Amino acid sequence: MLRFITSRFLQSLLALFLVITATFFMVRFVPGGPFTAEKAVTPEILRNLEAHYGLNKPLWRQYLDYLGSLAHGDLGPSFKYPNRTVNEILSDKLPVSAELGAESLAVALVLGIGLGTLAAIRRNTWVDYLASGFGMTGISIPTFVVGPLLVLALAIHAGWFNASGWYEPADRVLPCLVLGLAYAAPISRLTRGGLLEILHQDFIRTARAKGASEFRVVTRHALRGGLLPVVSFLGPATAGILTGSFVIETIFQVPGVGREFVNSAFNRDYTLVLGTVILYAALIMALNLAVDIAQAWMNPKVRLES
Amino acid sequence: MPSRLIASLFLSLLVAAGCARKENPPVGTATALAKKILRVGNGTEPQDIDPQTITGTPEYRLMISLYEGLVALAPDGKTLEPGVAERWEVSPDGLTYTFHLRANAKWSNGQLVTARDFVRSAQRMLTPALGADYSYMFFYVGGGEDYFHGKLKDFSETGFQAPDDRTLRLTLRQPTPFLLQAMLHHAWFPVPIDVIAKFGGLDRKGSDWTRPANFVGNGPFVLTEWRPNQVIVVKPSPTYWDRARVKLDEIQFFPVELAETEERMFRTNQLDLTYEVPLSKIPVYRREQPEVLRTDPYCGVYFYRFNVQRKPFDDVRVRRAFALAIDRESLVKNVTLAEEQPAFALVPPGVGGYQSRHHLTGDIAEAQRLLAEAGYPGGAGLPKIELLYNTLEKHRTIAEALQQMWRKNLGIDLTIYNQEWKVYLDSQKTTNFQIQRAGWIADYVDPHVFFDLWRTGGGNNNTNWGNAEFDRLLTQSLDAKTTADRYEVYQRMEKILLDELPVMPIYFYTYTRLVRPDVKNFRTTYLDNYPWKYVELAP
Repeated sequence: MLRFITSRFLQSLLALFLVITATFFMVRFVPGGPFTAEKAVTPEILRNLEAHYGLNKPLWRQYLDYLGSLAHGDLGPSFKYPNRTVNEILSDKLPVSAELGAESLAVALVLGIGLGTLAAIRRNTWVDYLASGFGMTGISIPTFVVGPLLVLALAIHAGWFNASGWYEPADRVLPCLVLGLAYAAPISRLTRGGLLEILHQDFIRTARAKGASEFRVVTRHALRGGLLPVVSFLGPATAGILTGSFVIETIFQVPGVGREFVNSAFNRDYTLVLGTVILYAALIMALNLAVDIAQAWMNPKVRLES
Repeated sequence: MPSRLIASLFLSLLVAAGCARKENPPVGTATALAKKILRVGNGTEPQDIDPQTITGTPEYRLMISLYEGLVALAPDGKTLEPGVAERWEVSPDGLTYTFHLRANAKWSNGQLVTARDFVRSAQRMLTPALGADYSYMFFYVGGGEDYFHGKLKDFSETGFQAPDDRTLRLTLRQPTPFLLQAMLHHAWFPVPIDVIAKFGGLDRKGSDWTRPANFVGNGPFVLTEWRPNQVIVVKPSPTYWDRARVKLDEIQFFPVELAETEERMFRTNQLDLTYEVPLSKIPVYRREQPEVLRTDPYCGVYFYRFNVQRKPFDDVRVRRAFALAIDRESLVKNVTLAEEQPAFALVPPGVGGYQSRHHLTGDIAEAQRLLAEAGYPGGAGLPKIELLYNTLEKHRTIAEALQQMWRKNLGIDLTIYNQEWKVYLDSQKTTNFQIQRAGWIADYVDPHVFFDLWRTGGGNNNTNWGNAEFDRLLTQSLDAKTTADRYEVYQRMEKILLDELPVMPIYFYTYTRLVRPDVKNFRTTYLDNYPWKYVELAP
């Protein structure tokens, strides 16, 4: 097990290095730069700006400089926001994104697993159809439609919430609900599918024959195996919730990393682009590693095969 | 069934959270109603709040609350009134400006605002290492440009002089009749040099002096809170010389990027004033709530650039045919929707009292005749034409409407394509386009702005067009003895532009926003800036 984890960890490190290198050079080759503006600045001013940020050095030199400061954990200054460093921006925004992600994930898991389980044990009844219908709808309708619709209903008409913002506890409800719903849908479908497969197996019949209650059968025996597909989905889903929250963050004015990620690319804020990419890449790799380990723990078969 | 139980528990939690919500105020909580707190939608997150290095509109609006220049805007939003300078004189030759500073103008740390502060601010602005985009606005003063280029080492030899604490004398390189207008620009605001020096040096951009704890300004308001991407809060400055006139207790600036989000926040009473209005909502508000929809003229022109070195636009007849064959009235009435003025000239109406005498005239028949004369009767034989715009819903809608008009009136099938903002700017700088959507908003209210653009090889020209006579007139205009003489020169220049049409004007901008009725005394200027100190909140 230790060897498995170590080798996966080293692979992740190599991948991270490749991601950094590729991103560093890719952003430089995109037309336009951090100081490209509608109103022309004189060539002298442009030269001064570039010298200020070291952009006048050869690209390979800049790359080495960047790796050097990265080794010290310094992600550099932001081009767009000169009075803040990338470290500062990310440490400011990450807790917000993490909170949004964790709360959304809670919504997704509770709703998804709950509905999926109901659908599986009440298969082919109206409960199942309703839950599956929810799953289908949730997958099909994107968050940028659900978001404004919920705002219209719950904020503008009912007046329960603010239309957007991240100021008071109640402001968390709508964004987390919308983002959570989007992931609850696939989770409910995966739970239902996984459970149905398990519920037909012999050990379940044995459990029933021993006289275990239906509740015990489902929670003790079926769910552990039935949730395997959900667990493997959780890695990419958590990463998706964290990185893909851009839409939600924009609709609801949430000051998270997702907005910085997208806006930094628009602003050609080289250091901030790199900073967010590194953060996301590291998160995704860590999550996938965690999922691999969890899977191995839940199902010895996986460990053997790998 | 526990999962059902959990789900219903969770739902009831949600409902409880919803019901527990207080009556609106997002930051100031319940006291927002008792105190006069103005909540303003302010576009994007500001880059910084150093008036010498920022460039964007959201920043500019913030600056007006935090700083004050030598001259300021009167509450009517049009005329000039004394700012830090209580009065000023201009020498008869227009070359020397003497400003007399008021004795009670103070920084927010209690120190006096002196003439030396303005001189040292100008020096910082002209220090190349700072890399300030607007340093050219100080080239009008003698020696400014030389100091910037390092040809002059000693700043005391420039035209910026402070004979004593309360007298500032500027000696210009050549008469600059719009100097006072230009001084409304944030680049001319004084900065607290001693404070900046403490935080990492004068020529360092973005040091910590703009953090709320360190910030020092001289405007009617002072920075008290800055939560990035959340809110910026300013409160009246107790040391401001005209404190008695400041009516608001607080202004909260919210960086709301999405117009749709902002409009919803306005509807849930989270904002008193929005940054913009989504295009699709303009007709709705005009029909249902005209009292909150506000439209003001905005000193800018929306136009298309031609690349005069690429076929077929190297031929002025083709450019003219394109410019004549569109219906501008129909475009502003049915597509842009915000009461814009159709543009048949290049200077917006009434900029500094200037009214264009020459206009683009001619009908569709003439456009067709010109196109045939150029060798493309009915559009036959034209090379493939592509129109470039930057990715934005509004520009696409306009481009599609014009595409239709050209197809109908000239028989031309052109393609439209979009590029993301910075890629588009790159194409613009390298004139890598045939026709390009563009717009220009003035930095100060004077017709000069709209002619300076088209100087041969000028950084903002980007059409490959140049005209020696035009350049000569541009230089000559500043030497004119009176404003009337100067405007006469501009009329001739505008005629050259309309004869040669390196660009085709489409409409003059307006600015549309939503304003809650209890916001009183809210005036915008032609540049869409507001003298915040006069704004009042009253039910």
